[in-house]
Amino acid sequence: MSGKYEAVIGLEVHVELNTKSKIFCSCPTEFGKEPNTQVCPVCLGLPGVLPVLNEEAVRKAVQAALALNCEITSYAKFDRKNYFYPDLPKAYQISQYDLPLARNGWIELSGGKRIGIRRVHLEEDAGKLVHQGDITSAAFSFADYNRCGVPLIEIVSEPDIRDPEEARDYLTRLKGILQHIGVSDCRMEEGSLRVDANVSVRPVGSREFGTRTELKNIGSFRAVYRGLSYEIERQSKLLDRGEPVIQETRHWDEQNGVTRSLRGKEEAQDYRYFPEPDLVPLQLDPDWVEEIRRTLPELPEARKARFVREYGLPEYDADVLVSSPPIANFYEECVRLFGEPKTVSNWVMGELFRLLNDSGMEPEELKLRPSELVSLLKMTREGVVSGKIAKDVFEQMFRTGEDPESIVKKHNLVQISDKSALEPLVLQVIAENPKVVDDYKSGKKQAFAFLVGQVMKATKGRANPAVVNELLHKRLD
Amino acid sequence: MILELWQLTVHELSQLLLRKEVSATELLESVWGRIEEVEDQVKSYITLDPEGARAAAAESQRLLESGRPRSALEGIPCGLKDVLSTKGLRTTCGSKILSNYVPPYDATAVQALKEAGTVILGKTNMDEFAMGSSCENSGFFPTHNPWDLTRVPGGSSGGSASAVAAGEAMFTLGSDTGGSVRQPASLCGVVGMKPTYGAVSRYGLIAFASSLDQIGPLTRDVTDCAMVLDFIVKHDPMDSTSVEIKRGSYLEALRPADEAVKGLKIGVPKEYMGKGLEPGVEAQVKKALELLQELGAEVEECSLPHSSYALDAYYVIAPAEASSNLARYDGVRYGYRSKQYDDLIDMYRKTRAEGFGPEVKRRIMLGTYALSAGYYDAYYLKAQKVRTLIREDFDKVFAKFDVIAGPTSPTVAFKLGEKVDDPLAMYLSDIFTIPVNLAGLPGISVPCGFSEGLPVGLQFIGKAFDESTLLRVAYATEQACSLGNMAVLCARALAKGTKEGARG
Repeated sequence: MSGKYEAVIGLEVHVELNTKSKIFCSCPTEFGKEPNTQVCPVCLGLPGVLPVLNEEAVRKAVQAALALNCEITSYAKFDRKNYFYPDLPKAYQISQYDLPLARNGWIELSGGKRIGIRRVHLEEDAGKLVHQGDITSAAFSFADYNRCGVPLIEIVSEPDIRDPEEARDYLTRLKGILQHIGVSDCRMEEGSLRVDANVSVRPVGSREFGTRTELKNIGSFRAVYRGLSYEIERQSKLLDRGEPVIQETRHWDEQNGVTRSLRGKEEAQDYRYFPEPDLVPLQLDPDWVEEIRRTLPELPEARKARFVREYGLPEYDADVLVSSPPIANFYEECVRLFGEPKTVSNWVMGELFRLLNDSGMEPEELKLRPSELVSLLKMTREGVVSGKIAKDVFEQMFRTGEDPESIVKKHNLVQISDKSALEPLVLQVIAENPKVVDDYKSGKKQAFAFLVGQVMKATKGRANPAVVNELLHKRLD
Repeated sequence: MILELWQLTVHELSQLLLRKEVSATELLESVWGRIEEVEDQVKSYITLDPEGARAAAAESQRLLESGRPRSALEGIPCGLKDVLSTKGLRTTCGSKILSNYVPPYDATAVQALKEAGTVILGKTNMDEFAMGSSCENSGFFPTHNPWDLTRVPGGSSGGSASAVAAGEAMFTLGSDTGGSVRQPASLCGVVGMKPTYGAVSRYGLIAFASSLDQIGPLTRDVTDCAMVLDFIVKHDPMDSTSVEIKRGSYLEALRPADEAVKGLKIGVPKEYMGKGLEPGVEAQVKKALELLQELGAEVEECSLPHSSYALDAYYVIAPAEASSNLARYDGVRYGYRSKQYDDLIDMYRKTRAEGFGPEVKRRIMLGTYALSAGYYDAYYLKAQKVRTLIREDFDKVFAKFDVIAGPTSPTVAFKLGEKVDDPLAMYLSDIFTIPVNLAGLPGISVPCGFSEGLPVGLQFIGKAFDESTLLRVAYATEQACSLGNMAVLCARALAKGTKEGARG
């Protein structure tokens, strides 16, 4: 963006609630089962069936709404959203229109800015189509209704987000909150968290909104960032050229890094919402809501404060660690087993994050157990392996899932602290580097480090540096 | 006169079966013989299930013989309107679009009847998706009124009414969205009840208009109606609109005529006795009310001032809900699919164009329009407001009266073809029954006399969940009017009609 324009972004996030059964029937919600094995007449929308609301779905939706600082609507209702599509067996989705479950919440970003949440509503998920080939040219498609009727909450933000970085921050925090309270696993790759973004640009200082486009097919938080950046750039260029932005839905093409118009022309969709006559209005007992509020699990902000207080961590470390509940849980378990909160934090934020990043793995996919990292940390503390070797061992643990003891044993990585074993090497290094020895003796202190390094090299890093230091000093001083 | 088994009532047959004077298989063969005799003329059934029925009757007989009947309905042959889902038995809803649809589950009401030990004969004809008042909108063929084969049986539960009248079933279940049980009951001279909304589970009832639909029995007399109702009025966790009510047995609530109506306050809405009412119907209704008065009832005029708006409100709300309920028939998963199409949208269009009949299409169009952006407030929302006013009309009357009485239908059975090209005239056939659905109240139609040799029905409307009072007053009416054995009378008329038909 040239600086002339400012972006206005609103996000619509769909999150699958991790209830055992679906929202209107008792079918299981498990992901990844054989197609059409988690279905019954109700979720298949066969003639004559009726929905019955799953109380657990309401409870989890209320938990989420409360954690997002929303007001719970005392009289909510369900509505039918009518449209034809083969993944929607009733040809309407039971959703909430004018009286959603919750309203007026917010999420606080890193810098303290609050992003408003307009509404949180409860609805049912649709099935999934598997196209034979490309969507535009597929000769036929398979329909899998396993996902049909899985409870969803839709979280609609206010258009308070001003750049892609804020969008990413908002989503990271939202995901952290929902994972912390345990209402969803929020796996974007499995579709349990899905993001649509509305974005427009306007001249800096303008109060009016520009024409917005809606971005779909966003597969990751990184794609949200990239897609929004592309779209803001595209719209800004259009405005620069004096061309209008067309209100439309655009598909994010991850491979080519561009957005594409999904339909030739935006069809004015009329969903013909009307109150769902098969369900009674949702009147939540205020005492029940209060009970949920009281028993809400610890939220990220509170956990962060506790990390600072209990573990003496810097604010920054605490913030990073709590941003992902699997990481925060991993960290706390390590500290419980090992102590030394700052050492553990350095390992998690340094080595673990680097490896996760390199492998493109999500924290929730982490297979490494806290006890395994702790074994390695203990071996380091006890001098069994050097700090440098420990990092290599950790990388192997991460990649292969082997425990540190067997890695160290297999690759003969135990630290050498035995003076009688190191002495000959020290003597050899001194003999082979007379010039460096002279330098050191004439006062060049840094020459000493070179000699230590040579010994380390000769032992492939296994020599205990403290012992090598001691032996060198004895011979040279 | 020796009566055939099919000419008896459920409560009479129940006694005979329990006392082992008649076997369930004998009874089935009697009814089956009657079906074979008259079905070609009457055409009550879309699907008959001889094998299923014979197996069920054999099982009933085994249990009766071993002294372990499941209920008083053990071995009673019955028919089900083809709007009710029956596991393994084709359920078409009177539509070509479901002509090959076999449900994998039973409706709750069907399950209740199966558990009670009834013998299901088959699925009765109806107006497509229960939209119509003459059974002429069936996607397959029209049903004929057994009292006069040139006339309609009423609708939409026309086949359910004609089957009971002609002796092709001991009782049937129908569904009533705007009068679809009561109006055909009236036109065929049988008893038909629409219970309070929420009394009978709608689970498995193929939806027409969800906020109005209710399953109800069609029977030979009021005692049978009470008996069947006792089995189907039950809270069902599968239906969120089903209501948990404390109630005693409806059958045991019946009282001798004078005891039942003594001091009972009956309101007769002046709006139901005016314009458009056939003089013959009016006379029979008035005569019946006089008989009730003689038995000690207090009959007085009352007013339901918003009645004239009921039809308009109904023809917004019912089609609106229908447009959504019927959207699932898209050719994707089950039912009819067009043979030739270019793409998905074309498949939807052709499947629905070929699969639905004109009345269904008309209502889908009406409903879609009423729910569209920009029209919603003017139509749907306004209609809901009218609905509230109509409900309030009833509340006011019920503050003063115990029941409301009037004609079920403004006319006796009309000629086949007479109103098919005039939907508005057809819609007027339900003018007295529709307000009851809009208010969610119970209503019953009971035969009270004849006009031009055709049966006339008297409708009683009750307070919500006060089915017992309705049954008592209907029972008293039945006793007071003493029309005789309607099955015998109807059989006589049918035999005459068949002979004339053969001559003509």
